[in-house]
Amino acid sequence: MTLFDLRLQDIHSQLRSKELSVIDLVNEAFAKIGERDERIGAYLTLNEDGARAEAARLDDKLARGEDLGLLFGLPIGVKDNMVTEGLLTTCASQFLSNYDPIYDGTVITKLKQADSVLVGKLNMDEFAMGGSNENSSFHPVRNPWDLNRVPGGSSGGSAAAVAAGEAYFALGSDTGGSIRQPASYCGVVGLKPTYGLVSRYGLVAFASSLDQIGPITKNVEDAAFLLQAIAGYDPKDSTSAQVEIPNYASALTGDIAGLRIAVPKEYLEGVDPQIKASVMEALRLLESLGAVWEEVSLPHTEYAVAAYYLLASSEASSNLSRFDGVRYGVRADHAGSLIDLYHESRSQGFGPEVKRRIMLGTYALSSGYYDAYYLKAQKVRTLIKQDFDQTFEKYDVIVGPTTPTTAFSLGSQVDDPLTMYLNDILTIPVSLAGVPALSIPCGFADGLPIGLQMIGKAFDESTILRLAHAFESNTDHHKRRPAL
Amino acid sequence: MSTSKYETVIGLEVHVELHTKSKIFCGCSTEFGAPPNSHTCPVCLGHPGVLPVLNRQAVDYAMKAAMALNCEIADVSKFDRKNYFYPDSPKAYQISQFDQPIGQNGYIDIEVDGKTKRIGITRLHLEEDAGKLTHIDGGYASLVDFNRVGTPLVEIVSEPEISSPEEARAYLEKLRAIMQYCDVSDVKMEEGSMRCDANISLRPVGQKELGTRAELKNMNSFRGVLRGLEYEQYRQAEILDEGGEVVQETRRWDEAQGKTFSMRGKEEAHDYRYFPDPDLVTLHIDQAWKDRIRASIPELPDARKARYTEQLGLPSYDAEVITSSKALADLFESSLEFTKDAKSVSNWIMGDLLGYLNSNSLELSDVKLTGQGLGEMIGLIEKGTISSKIAKTVFKEMLQSGKLPQQIVEEQGLVQISDEGAILAIVNEVIAENPASVEDYKAGKEKAIGFLVGQVMKRSKGKANPGLVNKLLVDVLKG
Amino acid sequence: MSIETKDVEHVAKLARLNLTDEERDMFTEQLNAILQYAEKLNELDTEDVEPTTHVLRLSNVMREDIVQESLAQEKVFRNAPEEEDGQFKVPAVLE
Repeated sequence: MTLFDLRLQDIHSQLRSKELSVIDLVNEAFAKIGERDERIGAYLTLNEDGARAEAARLDDKLARGEDLGLLFGLPIGVKDNMVTEGLLTTCASQFLSNYDPIYDGTVITKLKQADSVLVGKLNMDEFAMGGSNENSSFHPVRNPWDLNRVPGGSSGGSAAAVAAGEAYFALGSDTGGSIRQPASYCGVVGLKPTYGLVSRYGLVAFASSLDQIGPITKNVEDAAFLLQAIAGYDPKDSTSAQVEIPNYASALTGDIAGLRIAVPKEYLEGVDPQIKASVMEALRLLESLGAVWEEVSLPHTEYAVAAYYLLASSEASSNLSRFDGVRYGVRADHAGSLIDLYHESRSQGFGPEVKRRIMLGTYALSSGYYDAYYLKAQKVRTLIKQDFDQTFEKYDVIVGPTTPTTAFSLGSQVDDPLTMYLNDILTIPVSLAGVPALSIPCGFADGLPIGLQMIGKAFDESTILRLAHAFESNTDHHKRRPAL
Repeated sequence: MSTSKYETVIGLEVHVELHTKSKIFCGCSTEFGAPPNSHTCPVCLGHPGVLPVLNRQAVDYAMKAAMALNCEIADVSKFDRKNYFYPDSPKAYQISQFDQPIGQNGYIDIEVDGKTKRIGITRLHLEEDAGKLTHIDGGYASLVDFNRVGTPLVEIVSEPEISSPEEARAYLEKLRAIMQYCDVSDVKMEEGSMRCDANISLRPVGQKELGTRAELKNMNSFRGVLRGLEYEQYRQAEILDEGGEVVQETRRWDEAQGKTFSMRGKEEAHDYRYFPDPDLVTLHIDQAWKDRIRASIPELPDARKARYTEQLGLPSYDAEVITSSKALADLFESSLEFTKDAKSVSNWIMGDLLGYLNSNSLELSDVKLTGQGLGEMIGLIEKGTISSKIAKTVFKEMLQSGKLPQQIVEEQGLVQISDEGAILAIVNEVIAENPASVEDYKAGKEKAIGFLVGQVMKRSKGKANPGLVNKLLVDVLKG
Repeated sequence: MSIETKDVEHVAKLARLNLTDEERDMFTEQLNAILQYAEKLNELDTEDVEPTTHVLRLSNVMREDIVQESLAQEKVFRNAPEEEDGQFKVPAVLE
């Protein structure tokens, strides 16, 4: 039992009763990082001085008896694609290895307002492209449950840091599964909110119509608190939704009687048998708690990966064009002409997966191919979204596995991008539909965590949090910790 | 070589900067002439993670401009990304509009050689401006200023229905006037708030299909557009005369050399990879919004011109010149609050005012003349308080000081002398001092009186009523 | 549709990337595999299907025309690879 195994309310009451101070929490984070991160590789940049200064400020605030923010004193790690003024933001790319941001993203401002303490910036696949964290330009992240395996990606650093106790919780970003898949591989809770619930201002764009920031935590309750702190309309993001934000923690009632669950048959096909068994067991538990479930079909599931890679890569090819070496980033030396400057800076700054997706996206948008690829994929996206709309007319939640397998070995898939892309087959449809989903631990296969995915209606995060919390309250999977 | 064998076909693409206070997608100021990069922020510098938020005023102005150009306004419009790498484009894409522009299918009427011609407008769309590059180190390096990035622009594309450089100029002048009347832009070609590219091709008279066109860039003034197109018309005709073929290419107008030059080699084939910008949402323009904008459009130049000719009896040419600039037309109308003599106001504007502005390369806003001043001055002439000659002095003074004519006349003692006794005294002096001229006159050289009148005027410092001077001189000499 | 080496070279030029011969061959092969997989989409009749750009049906999101403070020069150039006279410097535009 470490400090970070305490519940958020317990930490807050111990802070108020002076049994604990914020600096103790910050020290705990850096102690664990010092002890473990050489093996895990979760962090890219540490904010040690900044975090200690912030801890001192918060301890003062505590001493003065002022009102405490929702996330008061809690050490948080943030994926390195969220812009932090004065703290390097690299997106795990050589190109941005020296990028010293000139502004704070909206989530960063909100975390500060909630009195959390930023511990450091977390490793990821370069520009959030990848599902294994092997695409980090700096170093890979290792799965805390088995150091020879990947933590998943692209928010692999975020999931691994939480699993290894190197932060109280973390923020990740999810474009096609980049929060849920690593959460599943690392045995933690990961929530991708509805598209538009959390501001993207200050999130370095991968695929703008899909990207969404969300919490990665050890338990459902923490996910509810962290989501509470970051959700809400932002006038700086035109795609931010003007919806009323409910109190997520108060949705965690434990009562799921009568909840209608749909289980897509397509989500159980081709899935590892141990994972399928684990999901079926979870469904039986939910049934015993009063929920009802039925098998349904989401007929366009098999088209999601193809549509996603065309759309996401197209948007990415345009989003990543600004990395040209003119205003920031690493400019190639000795470029004699502007065209050389562009070509050299970008070729040296980007890794192979990023180049591959820029190439794919540029091709899909290029003259003569737009209708066949980009437009076609947008239309298929409509069909996939309709699958969800129709299912949600009759059901409250869709449940299935998060991933078809558990964490794979480092290096085992790097040469085969298509196989790598197919790991995301169960998370991508949800991203295309823009609806919220979370992954919660539901068992282990050969010592590796299995994730259960719960998908909700748009802006109905409360229901999937309630379901996940009820499940968690009746299981012990989330209490297991990797042996480090 | 003669151009008469050929028909010229010109289409214009005009960019007009909208004079919003802030940029189209961020809150930076659009003010012209600030120190380099002082009006920039993470959004317009294209830093990682930033997002655009559309300026409502820019949309309103674009709609207003489109309506004034008789365009149909879209019910649904959206923004697309135009992808290309260039150092003045921080995101390496320009936010523009591809297939759903704000306005389509408009027109404007122009007048050339007394004939009215309608030029179709294909589309008007909203987009963001780029930054400014300055070439240094003998062309081996460039400096980039991002102040202008994100200034809202409308791009107005004409149909290829313009048949001569003169028509092109008339089209541009009318377009500028309409934008001025709508008050959506400063429309100054010299400051770059109005910019024009042209497509021009020639075809044998009677041929239906269009000839191969050249795209002309860098024409930075009305005169430049006229000269550039004239040159290009001549160049293409010469090629065709010699049985050659015009190459489809972009050409740059060089004002100093008076020639166009191929930009071939500096331009690769573009593939802009347009796609809908996922960072911005759709515009739904409902009837209420359209009605609100339509109600804000003032009387436009054509309507004013008609009013001036029909109600005020101004010659068509006068009305055309005065309404070609909103400021001139406003001055004209405000003068008429102080005098009823529209033709006289028009004469002063067309003659002394425009002459002064042109010879000093000034804009109307550079001088201090007011409608009240001009109107009252004409009143003083009518009453005989000042002569037309003195009025010229008063007018110049009004241009410079903005004082009202009555004050100028009083301060400088310019009131016309119509007192016979006072003038007679001077006449007698002049006759006494110029016996030779008197002799000449008496000997039948009638012209000699002119010299004597001049002497009297001179001695009266120009204030003597010239008619009276003449009459009294004759009376005394013949007396 | 199959993508050839020259297509890959053209796309790389559009995307301002230099590829080594090895990368060029690798991308040709991988993009072909991915695009071949994407052929799957043609199984679906999407003739009458509207494309989805945004999952949220948001429209008319706009801000008022109010000037906000711009950045201090230190921030504008904090990350600039090369600065001269308050401007960003780049090599010749000539291609």
